[in-house]
Amino acid sequence: MKMQLTPEQQAILDGSRGEVVAKVMKSLVMFGETFGAEKLVPITGDFGHMVISFGIGVMKPVYDLMDQLIEAGALPQQQFTVDPKPLDPNIPTNLLQDVVFKVIMYSQQKRYDEQLKKLGLMKSDAYTCTCYMDEVGNKPKMGDVLSWSESSAVVYANSVLGARCNRNSGIFDLFGAIVGYVPYFGLLTDEGRKATWIVDVQTTKKPEAQILGSAIGMKVMEEVPYVRGLDKFLGTELNNDVCDYLKDFGAATASNGAVGLYHIDKLTPEAVEQGESLIAENAQIYVIDDAELERIVAGYPCVWKDPDARPKLCFMGCPHMSLNQLKDWTHRIQSGLQKAGNQKVVIPTVFTTSPAVKAEFEKTTEAIVLKNSGVILSDICPLMYMNNPLCGKMPVITSSNKLRTYTTAKFYSDDEILAQITKGGNC
Amino acid sequence: MAKTFTGRVVVPGTARAEALVSHGGFNTLASYQMGLMFGDKQAKCGDQNNADIYHMPMAGKAMCLPQTIGSTTGGMVLFCACAMGRQPACMLFSKPIDSLAAGGVILGDVWTDATMPVIDNLGDEFLEYVKSGMTVTVNADGSVTVE
Repeated sequence: MKMQLTPEQQAILDGSRGEVVAKVMKSLVMFGETFGAEKLVPITGDFGHMVISFGIGVMKPVYDLMDQLIEAGALPQQQFTVDPKPLDPNIPTNLLQDVVFKVIMYSQQKRYDEQLKKLGLMKSDAYTCTCYMDEVGNKPKMGDVLSWSESSAVVYANSVLGARCNRNSGIFDLFGAIVGYVPYFGLLTDEGRKATWIVDVQTTKKPEAQILGSAIGMKVMEEVPYVRGLDKFLGTELNNDVCDYLKDFGAATASNGAVGLYHIDKLTPEAVEQGESLIAENAQIYVIDDAELERIVAGYPCVWKDPDARPKLCFMGCPHMSLNQLKDWTHRIQSGLQKAGNQKVVIPTVFTTSPAVKAEFEKTTEAIVLKNSGVILSDICPLMYMNNPLCGKMPVITSSNKLRTYTTAKFYSDDEILAQITKGGNC
Repeated sequence: MAKTFTGRVVVPGTARAEALVSHGGFNTLASYQMGLMFGDKQAKCGDQNNADIYHMPMAGKAMCLPQTIGSTTGGMVLFCACAMGRQPACMLFSKPIDSLAAGGVILGDVWTDATMPVIDNLGDEFLEYVKSGMTVTVNADGSVTVE
């Protein structure tokens, strides 16, 4: 199907803003036509969000493309936030790791940071995957049309905030912002936001967000689930605890599968407004009980050379932790250490959060408690940090299902992580 | 016995290559990240969760898959594979192509010199029939012959 362009859009495609912007428009039109989009619609959100935050040496084609765009004046029409940086001097490294990280792997980081400034980075510290946190300031409104990437941010914006955004690939996020339009299909449409799966949660206790999300992602892949039975555990109010739960749940659905939108009965905004009328005809049903969650966890492969190795590092915060989570985890660690008779965590532990949330947290009384417990607070991307053979060989533990999926980190539940880092063993 | 399947042409072209089959969702970032990052010309699959193709070379293969899953860097990763000449010979989707894969193959088509025909909607029967190691031909009319 051919897309109907407005005279302005057609002129861009024909080269009115130069050859490079014409290629950008051509890419967007091809993208839309692949999905049967009949038109391009304006982006209405205030800011963009981009997934590519790292200057990896071998990804040079990406930075060459960015140079092409900048030199041609093909700049986004809105400012944007971007995913976290891959490096932080506060994270423990040895000399070999320093050489591998800075000289070999991220040799393009400085070049890319400069490119991001020229392209319109919102603030010099606007590096986080949780751009929608109040402290960061890129929080779309219900109904806003976005040109975002970063799977965990897209699924949060669609599901919890009610914005409208497809799962755009990195680079396409920027392309939409350059012309100011995105193709109208999929999760931008009412039809595309209908649930084709009903998930009935029948567990005996509140399921761990990261495991429930993983189970649903692996089952429904890129389809839209309507989840029933969670209100019994989460209530019906989108408070801080619930938003944190949905952040981690959504990230697992999007990385273990390809979910871009979920509805939670009686909780997420469209489910509250429209209820089960959001469920499409002939939707499939997936029942999740305690046994199903146990089956999911048992299926996670352990790729450590020695599966019984003592963990050398614990990463928490993929996606980045909220202020509420940082405070809560500080109290849990304090209590866990007291019970274990320890002063500091027994496994080097890194909590990751956005620079803006980190700055707010450092004003709280919990900040000194967390520091004294030995936990390192960083704004790094743990996923990017671990993507190298040196970290690949290191036994790292996490309760992030996204980090587990993309790295060699071993998954444990939150309670198991707490036990490991405060006393050195499982509960 | 040769069998021919018909789908939809996403990126036109012809190719003949050995099949590499992923029955589960193909996680583009998890599959490619280590191979691209450390100069593996064969682009061996690094996705520990994909038992079908883990550690198997992907460059130059007829990649047969349902859809891609995972990180939204996926399209950029496919673009880099194309720009570095480490892309599959073709990508053959049993289901409709997903937005991340579509982004990547379009970037490869518009912004690089790589040739990588892409066909989607080949149907579940295609993925049941084709096995890794079989020879796959993408014909000029977009049909796909497996033998």
